[in-house]
Amino acid sequence: MFGKLTIDALPFYSPIAAGGAAVVVGGALLVAAVLTYLKAWKYLWTEWLTSVDHKRIGIMYIVLALIMLVRGFVDAIMMRAQQAFALNGGGYLPPEHFDQIFSSHGTIMIFFMAMPFMTGLINVIVPLQIGTRDVAFPWLNAVSLWLSAAGAALVMVSLVIGKFSTAGWTGYPPYSGIEYSPGVGVDYWIWAILISGVGSTMSGINFIVTILKRRAPGMTLMRMTPFVWTALIASVLMAFAFPAITVACGLLALDRLAGMHFFTNAHGGNMMNYVNLFWIWGHPEVYILILPAFGIFSEVVSTFSRKRLFGYESLVYATAAIGILSFTVWLHHFFTMGSSAGVNAFFGVMTMIIAVPTGVKVFNWLLTMYRGRIEFHPSMMWSIGFIVTFVIGGMTGVLLAIPPADFLMHNTTFLVAHFHNMIIPGVLFGYLAGYMYWFPKAFGFAFNRGWGIGAFWCWIIGFYLAFMPLYLLGLKGMPRRMETYNDPTWQPYLLVAASGAVVVLCGIGCMVMQLYVSIRDRNKTRDLTGDPYNGRTLEWSTSSPPPPYNFAVIPTVGDREPFLEMKEKGTAYQRPASYQPIRIPSNTPIGVILGAFGFVLGFAMIWHIWWLVLASGAIMLAAVIVRSSNDDQEFTMSAAEVKAIEDERFRAMGSRP
Amino acid sequence: MALLAGACDLKRAPVLDPKGPIALAERDLLFDAFYVMMLVIVPIIILTLWFAWRYRASNTKAKYTPTWANSVTIDAITWLIPAVIVIAVAVLLWRSTHRLDPYRPLESKEPPFDVQVVAQDWKWLFIYPEQGIAVVNQLAFPAGRPVSLRITSDTVMNSFYVPQLAGQIYAMAGMQTRLQMLADQPGKFVGRNSQYSGGGYSEQHFEVLAMTPADFDAWVARAKQSGRALDAAAYTALAAKSRANPITYYSTVEPKLFDSIIDKYRHSGHAQHAPARR
Repeated sequence: MFGKLTIDALPFYSPIAAGGAAVVVGGALLVAAVLTYLKAWKYLWTEWLTSVDHKRIGIMYIVLALIMLVRGFVDAIMMRAQQAFALNGGGYLPPEHFDQIFSSHGTIMIFFMAMPFMTGLINVIVPLQIGTRDVAFPWLNAVSLWLSAAGAALVMVSLVIGKFSTAGWTGYPPYSGIEYSPGVGVDYWIWAILISGVGSTMSGINFIVTILKRRAPGMTLMRMTPFVWTALIASVLMAFAFPAITVACGLLALDRLAGMHFFTNAHGGNMMNYVNLFWIWGHPEVYILILPAFGIFSEVVSTFSRKRLFGYESLVYATAAIGILSFTVWLHHFFTMGSSAGVNAFFGVMTMIIAVPTGVKVFNWLLTMYRGRIEFHPSMMWSIGFIVTFVIGGMTGVLLAIPPADFLMHNTTFLVAHFHNMIIPGVLFGYLAGYMYWFPKAFGFAFNRGWGIGAFWCWIIGFYLAFMPLYLLGLKGMPRRMETYNDPTWQPYLLVAASGAVVVLCGIGCMVMQLYVSIRDRNKTRDLTGDPYNGRTLEWSTSSPPPPYNFAVIPTVGDREPFLEMKEKGTAYQRPASYQPIRIPSNTPIGVILGAFGFVLGFAMIWHIWWLVLASGAIMLAAVIVRSSNDDQEFTMSAAEVKAIEDERFRAMGSRP
Repeated sequence: MALLAGACDLKRAPVLDPKGPIALAERDLLFDAFYVMMLVIVPIIILTLWFAWRYRASNTKAKYTPTWANSVTIDAITWLIPAVIVIAVAVLLWRSTHRLDPYRPLESKEPPFDVQVVAQDWKWLFIYPEQGIAVVNQLAFPAGRPVSLRITSDTVMNSFYVPQLAGQIYAMAGMQTRLQMLADQPGKFVGRNSQYSGGGYSEQHFEVLAMTPADFDAWVARAKQSGRALDAAAYTALAAKSRANPITYYSTVEPKLFDSIIDKYRHSGHAQHAPARR
């Protein structure tokens, strides 16, 4: 009846595991209690969970990302605390537990923090920047969101029922095979990734079509904002790279479930086939995450330097070049496999080449600041912190790209420091810059700057404290993922690294305070114009938050910085003689239903509850059929309703024309 | 004070303090690339901070050109500078990768010294085909003589790592990888598994001993006196999971044990994968 699931799956075997489970269950109950107390269930369901509005879907993605950021960070600080005291078997975590934590940290931060954060920002902003009313496939967008949430939920549930994988976020076989990892942990990992991966692939397709087909009249490709360009290239990478990890995880699942031998030690399996497939996705994934962040930096640096972006065309070509080259470097993740010098040298050189367009981008941001009028908005601080820190990570990346040098540094904490040095300043700082930059657009009130600056300083100082010692420990030959060690000279470095995690914790505290203070003061800090920064691009031309239809009249674009041009020509904020009725996609519960049963399906696969697999699969299929048979998927907002919303906006703007 | 102590400590860091020509060449490569990269990243960091300060909004004396956004010359320079640096490093990379191919035998007047390495859960077995002995968690060899390692795994993927002498390479079941190393002087070093492999991974380190020829002969003699035979049964017992194994000597080893460990995965099924590079 319940497959492998028994009462022993509950975490009463260890106080730390039970504590983690209690936090998850307690947190869920607390949220449910607050929602009930506020009588917000109906509002949440009708306005948010069933919404197909790209802005709301984007915000829900970002909420998911921020929750998972906290979860992933808790994992991080637990690891730092363990290693700080783990000399000669010290510390408070047994290997079995430590190994789950580093596995879930990586899995969460890449798949359920960075991916949703990026998808959320693209969702909120790209349709506004290209002057359209929604993405190409609004319902598909909701399905993507809820499948990502289902994957994240599976990772969270593994804290309460059963255990998570100990195979690392990369899940290398044969360790992740059934012979060496017989529990359900790897299955949790596989199904979380498979289910959310379907969502990511569909998001990629959705954004490609949206950007190519839905641009406002006059917005040629070379007039798109840098963020739209990077979102486009990242989406192409998503659509092409995610199938590789879906195949890799799918084959691994067949090895585990059906006794097949794709990646096993014996019977003709070869684990390196998995490793190749994984990184054929994994390296483009780095650029999927970082390109949109580059786009955000480009927008932010230009806006707060009060200057046009330098070398726009160079930047576009560099982005496209990175997109193509990202598929040609995957083998640098395993130079130590024993491939021939020719193969290693080829992938090493390709990796070097990818540094060229990246270097070009850095120069372009620098030259945008040059002879500007720089305002130190928190987003600008993230950007400056990014450039300074990111080039250090780029430098260590070039070192690791030289195969013989990699033989010395591979799998050490030097490598760990390197990729955190790319992903924290490169990806996370970018997303946080975007989050703080566009928050007023999404919600219609200011985002507190003081706490934002505080968060920046804590994060960047914490970053240096946490990861510079790891570079040095790598030079001292410390491998990654060690639960204990016997070299006393490592400990001082690990203590400093742990202190860095504490400083980052302060940064997260500042982010919580920033949200609290901003929401508390919202009535005093309303953004009535929709244009708090004297912005340059189309998202600033509509109100904050934008109306459901984004633009009452679709703008016509004549420049790379269309809104600045409109303001200079005096054509901004012009009202049409009359409004037209607008077709808007209707809300539907089918997206959230698919997500919920996707979660059930994954859970049933993990625990081998076959009847539930069939039942939830059948329900999902039925839901899709119901949705596909429904011809009534949009409603019309009448011209009078549009006029009422627009009148209200211009009344609130008051003195503005 | 702390900084000084840290600097002294780092001088002895295994990667920075190589004890053989391979690790030395690898480290020097790291340094060369580091210096070349410094040529570009130091100016970028300084320029970023300087521009941020110089062109701050409150400094109205600084020049302001809000629409200046294009310059073919500067575009060309921004592509050329990284390209030149990358070409320089790529040439370095191409040559060194071939020169330091871990499969390439070292040039030396001395004949190579063969050791076979088997990764197990969670320990390392070293088989000496010439001497007919085997040791767990201790790798001894004569200093000054190139050591030619053949490496495999009898469990999940491991990575054989000796930072002061050789760098690292993966150990994979059913496959054989190679690594060369040479110690200039007698000495004691640390070797590890750097690829996470399960519960006992953190304790899976071994001693590396480069010895004078006389000391090495004595070491072999000691191993021979241990009286423990590594036959099929003993091997099966040894291959079972165990943590923090003590150093154990075996006076005799079943012939072709290393090959049989590889072959047991290669001949166990219908399909054959491509042979590993020998």
